[in-house]
Amino acid sequence: MSGRPETVAAAASRSVVRASDAAYSRRAVVLLSLLLLALLALPLFADAYLLSAAILVLYFAYVGQAWNLMMGYCGQLSLGHSLYVGVGAYAAAALFVHFGVSPWIGAMAAVAASLAFAALIGVLAFRFGIGGVYFALLTIAFAEFTRIGFDHFDWVGGSGGFFLPVKEFGTIDLWRLRGPPAMFYYFVLAMAVAAFLAAWRLRESRIGYYWLAIREDEDAARALGIDTFRYKLAAILVSGGMTSIAGVFFAFYYNTLFPEQIFSMARSIEIILGPIIGGLGTLFGPVLGAFVLTLLGEAMTALTDALGISVPGLKQVFYGVCLLIVVLFLPNGIWPELAKRLGLRHAPGDR
Amino acid sequence: MALLEVRSLGKSFRGLRAVAEVSFDVEAGSIAALIGPNGAGKTTCFNLIAGVYPADNGSVALAGRTLTGLRPDQVCREGVARTFQVVKPFAQLTVTENVVVGALNTLRDVAAARAEAARVLALVHLEAKAHQPAASLTLPERKLLEVARAIATRPRILLLDEVMAGLRPTEVDEMVEVFRRLNRDSGLTILLIEHVMRAVMALAERVVVLHHGEKICEGAPEDVVRDPQVLECYLGSETLD
Repeated sequence: MSGRPETVAAAASRSVVRASDAAYSRRAVVLLSLLLLALLALPLFADAYLLSAAILVLYFAYVGQAWNLMMGYCGQLSLGHSLYVGVGAYAAAALFVHFGVSPWIGAMAAVAASLAFAALIGVLAFRFGIGGVYFALLTIAFAEFTRIGFDHFDWVGGSGGFFLPVKEFGTIDLWRLRGPPAMFYYFVLAMAVAAFLAAWRLRESRIGYYWLAIREDEDAARALGIDTFRYKLAAILVSGGMTSIAGVFFAFYYNTLFPEQIFSMARSIEIILGPIIGGLGTLFGPVLGAFVLTLLGEAMTALTDALGISVPGLKQVFYGVCLLIVVLFLPNGIWPELAKRLGLRHAPGDR
Repeated sequence: MALLEVRSLGKSFRGLRAVAEVSFDVEAGSIAALIGPNGAGKTTCFNLIAGVYPADNGSVALAGRTLTGLRPDQVCREGVARTFQVVKPFAQLTVTENVVVGALNTLRDVAAARAEAARVLALVHLEAKAHQPAASLTLPERKLLEVARAIATRPRILLLDEVMAGLRPTEVDEMVEVFRRLNRDSGLTILLIEHVMRAVMALAERVVVLHHGEKICEGAPEDVVRDPQVLECYLGSETLD
């Protein structure tokens, strides 16, 4: 029988791959634990400025992860994710200011409101087969007219802005999410870790495989029994709902909301730059991208401040250059390349 | 009752009649072929069975359950798997992951689907490529992957759209062997569209010939290739290769 040695050889090569997989994942777990420890200890030695920068990094790691679920995994490009941030922020802030409702309860309202928007966009687009560029345009349109709506929504301040009362800054009130920056730091750290774990679980589950299949080839996905409408709708709901929690954080951390800012296209672009630069469709891409972009951006601001140069819009130009470099030299993002260098194989299917 | 019953199927595209009044049966456990010259309506026929677009008239039933009006994903869940003439691998996913997607059609659990994928990949001799991205496969390997993914959905009938095209004769023979074994060992019913007569003659128990969207002949392969009408429209001087 000629088949037999072949089977043995194949089995042997499979077990070699499995063994090295285990080594890779052990190394990944060690690196992740070290990173998490460093992040947990950060407020002990960081000054106010560094802490605020770290909060920004984690914030973008969180929203980047949420956006990446939809684009990186399911292949649906949203250029209007500021919509969910804004809706979530306003929902929780309005309940807090007008009725004294805790942001923990407010978050549920925020998610519910965002899900309603996401469902509307998803059903409209996916039922009528709107994809690609047209879907992206639809997401921009929704973010824009929601902004215009909030500009005239006087109950939450209209275009004049909506403000949360800032007081008792020294004490920590977790229930009402009032406290010093360190509290917000740990809060957003928990969010970023939870988003990472959620993305990981989803990636390894049936829905994750189905999202990847839809991203790769929708006709083939359909032919394999995947109800693409349902799974694309699930992607926009999960992503939008997650993003709205970032809005709740945003509202209680910054305490000021302006429709013009929070719903702006620029905010949507900021959300997507991290995952693109870090690596679309990868778990670490959004985290890495948030680190690289925010820290480089802050470093550049510090540098120009020190040199006494003030050029408006310089940061945007800088982001543009970063994007250009990555698209030209690392079209899959930084993470896949870095993973190879670190001896961590990126998960199959990541791109 | 035949497993697949196609009755008076018809479809026009902007007035152009692609398929008209096509009826045939595929018996459970058999292998049947759908042949005909280019533009005869073979792929349209497949797409109508698979629910890619609705038929203008006629009906399709699988084991007595009507498939007419169902979407492609619903047709697949009813037990009809198909491959595409132009292969559509999930290029950035590994070979295993491609097949896992298919296996998840009947299995909810990813670990179980992985085990099933390994089993199916062994059936088509792709196990050595299991961890490679599908984009790195050669054309014959991609065709095998397309087949593996479809089989992994655990279909009652497998529709193969020109899986032999572009393969060398030895590769055709290997592929024929794969289908023979699948048919023999698991009783899988197969309906194939094929231009490679070598494969049709080797595999099919029954052949349906389409020409200009209409069925012009049906029967055992040996009889069909001797039918004057078929020779005239399709085989011409090429006959048996």
